[in-house]
Amino acid sequence: MRKKHDWLRETYRKSLEKIPERPIAHRTLSDIAPEPLYTPEDIGVLDPEYEEKRGFPGEFPYTRGVYGSMYRSRLWTMRMFAGFGTAEQTNERFKKLLKAGQTGLSVAFDLPTLMGYDSDHPLAKGEVGKCGVAVSSLADMEVLFEGINLEEVTTSMTINSPANAIWAMYLAVAKKKGYDWKKLGGTIQNDILKEFIAQKEYIFPPEPSMKLVIDTFEWGPKNVPKWNFISVSGYHIREAGSTAVQELAWTLADGFEYVEAALKRGLDIDEFAPRISFFFDVHNDFFEEIAKFRAARRIWAKEMRYRYGAKNPQSWMLRTHAQTAGVSLTAQQPLNNIARVAIQALAAVLGGVQSLHTDAYDEALALPTEESATIALRTQQIIAYETGVTHTIDPLAGSYYVEWLTDEMERQAMEIIEEIRHMGGVVRAIEEGYFLRELAEASYRYQQEVERKERIIVGVNAFTDEIPLKVPIQLVDPEVERVQAERLARVRRERDPKRVEEALEGLRRAAVEGQNTMPHFVECALAYCTLGEMMDVLREVYGTYQEPAYV
Amino acid sequence: MQGVDRRIRVLIAKPGLDGHDRGAKVVARALRDAGMEVIYTGLRQTPEMIVSAAIQEDVDAIGLSILSGAHMHYFREVKRLLDEQGASDILLFGGGIIPDEDVPKLKALGVAAVFGPGTSTQEIVDFLKRAVPERWKAQGLA
Repeated sequence: MRKKHDWLRETYRKSLEKIPERPIAHRTLSDIAPEPLYTPEDIGVLDPEYEEKRGFPGEFPYTRGVYGSMYRSRLWTMRMFAGFGTAEQTNERFKKLLKAGQTGLSVAFDLPTLMGYDSDHPLAKGEVGKCGVAVSSLADMEVLFEGINLEEVTTSMTINSPANAIWAMYLAVAKKKGYDWKKLGGTIQNDILKEFIAQKEYIFPPEPSMKLVIDTFEWGPKNVPKWNFISVSGYHIREAGSTAVQELAWTLADGFEYVEAALKRGLDIDEFAPRISFFFDVHNDFFEEIAKFRAARRIWAKEMRYRYGAKNPQSWMLRTHAQTAGVSLTAQQPLNNIARVAIQALAAVLGGVQSLHTDAYDEALALPTEESATIALRTQQIIAYETGVTHTIDPLAGSYYVEWLTDEMERQAMEIIEEIRHMGGVVRAIEEGYFLRELAEASYRYQQEVERKERIIVGVNAFTDEIPLKVPIQLVDPEVERVQAERLARVRRERDPKRVEEALEGLRRAAVEGQNTMPHFVECALAYCTLGEMMDVLREVYGTYQEPAYV
Repeated sequence: MQGVDRRIRVLIAKPGLDGHDRGAKVVARALRDAGMEVIYTGLRQTPEMIVSAAIQEDVDAIGLSILSGAHMHYFREVKRLLDEQGASDILLFGGGIIPDEDVPKLKALGVAAVFGPGTSTQEIVDFLKRAVPERWKAQGLA
């Protein structure tokens, strides 16, 4: 039986050599000094399954956290998702968030960008800059990161079907500014499977979409080694109406599907797996959410090690971002959302996440205002600096309920994962409409429970007010469409048409011949090809996808 | 008698690029469970596609679900096309993330009702069961 003092001497100390303890008082308000970790030894109980099921932070199976010293050394990254209007407006918001103490950037793109259309495409009408920033070419990306040191910040970009192209634009900005790709840190979401399952921002059919993703698995570790080229996302699955168990199971099943596709291409698991990252939702059911994160780490570690034979411990670690549940926010009594977000964020922290976005209270009404986004960031800072939950690692371990629920969620999730494997994998299950059906069932059931008041939502089906509370909301300037169209026109006028043509032809050839597309995307970005031009080349080669309309 | 037996036909549509379809599907199913005939368009419909489907399917009402912030554009377009194609008798309603400030503007365009987040599906059922027969009566159909 491994002893705590061995862990302290080995894993914990090694972890501190990399990042020392934060120079704050790790003491309670009564001046008690909690140790970094508590185990069954500390309260004199026996837990024969301790090592196998729970283990130690920074050690297999990582139930108690992926890093040895967790928040004792480094807090999670406070990463607020932001983007609206033009690149100039979003750049300004980024700089304000960094000044307010945010520690990483996270870009929200508008729908035309997410769907691979330029801002002046007919289908973009009315949508430009609405739910994120419009990025149609390198020129927009240059403005977006103007005055921000790309070697100092890490940047997460929520982009999926056009992920290769958008990543290439970011890398092109870095290259033109002389930053070293080897030093760049960040994440592209690049999780196409959950698009087919839940969020529906797909362009191409599943098979070529998977090919584009695996191109980044192959190219990323060699060229931008610190970049997470995928963030396997449960967030959108949950927001589309799944349960927590379904979110857990489907997300991990997606992760395994990518691993299998990469292995099929002949890639080395221990080269790509360390850069696979995750993204989960964090909803209102406090203990269920905490158990979900713990179960996710344990399942991933066990499967990666035993089923897929990964040998590098980094390949076993499930590192995750979390976001509080947008779907749980209410338009009624919107200030109540501040309390919801605080509770959800606390669950994420007790669940041991690596980065966190907290929703603003007004997001059931519109995009967040600067003030509401700041309150959301302050909520994380209060949890980090005032509550004391960061003194000791995985403080809820050993709770009968949390440990039982962690086991139970693992068991139920594994049943679903096996069911999906039995169907022939995630792509097959997508083609059979499995996820659409399951989501429609789960979300309808939930809605009925709310309407029958079996589930109470404060301010919505109970404790309602007669007079609605008005809060200020953020509106997007309709001028953005014109500004974008002008910049696009200028880009098309000033760039070198021959280089553009050659770059697009290179991309087309790579797609047709099944070569890795990433070097060609980078060349297209540098040549100022527009996003729409790049995606059109691939639309022509791969075709597009339309899902069946299932209710 | 005809008016009593006649079932309300509703088209639930997702215009534009927005893929958030949980609400649209929950509403579609609730209306169906309430005895209405419901056609769901699926994602990424242009206003032209929506209006043409509505006319072809001879619906009494169109419900648009928009969460992307592009509601002004899409309601305006759908309404314009309905009028242009002589189908102004079709009741237009909708829901999604729509700021209060925009609701009067939408109503002025001729949108009969806007349902925000947290609306019970029963409220939407009740609205259609009241508003659609009123239109029938006005058109001398019932």
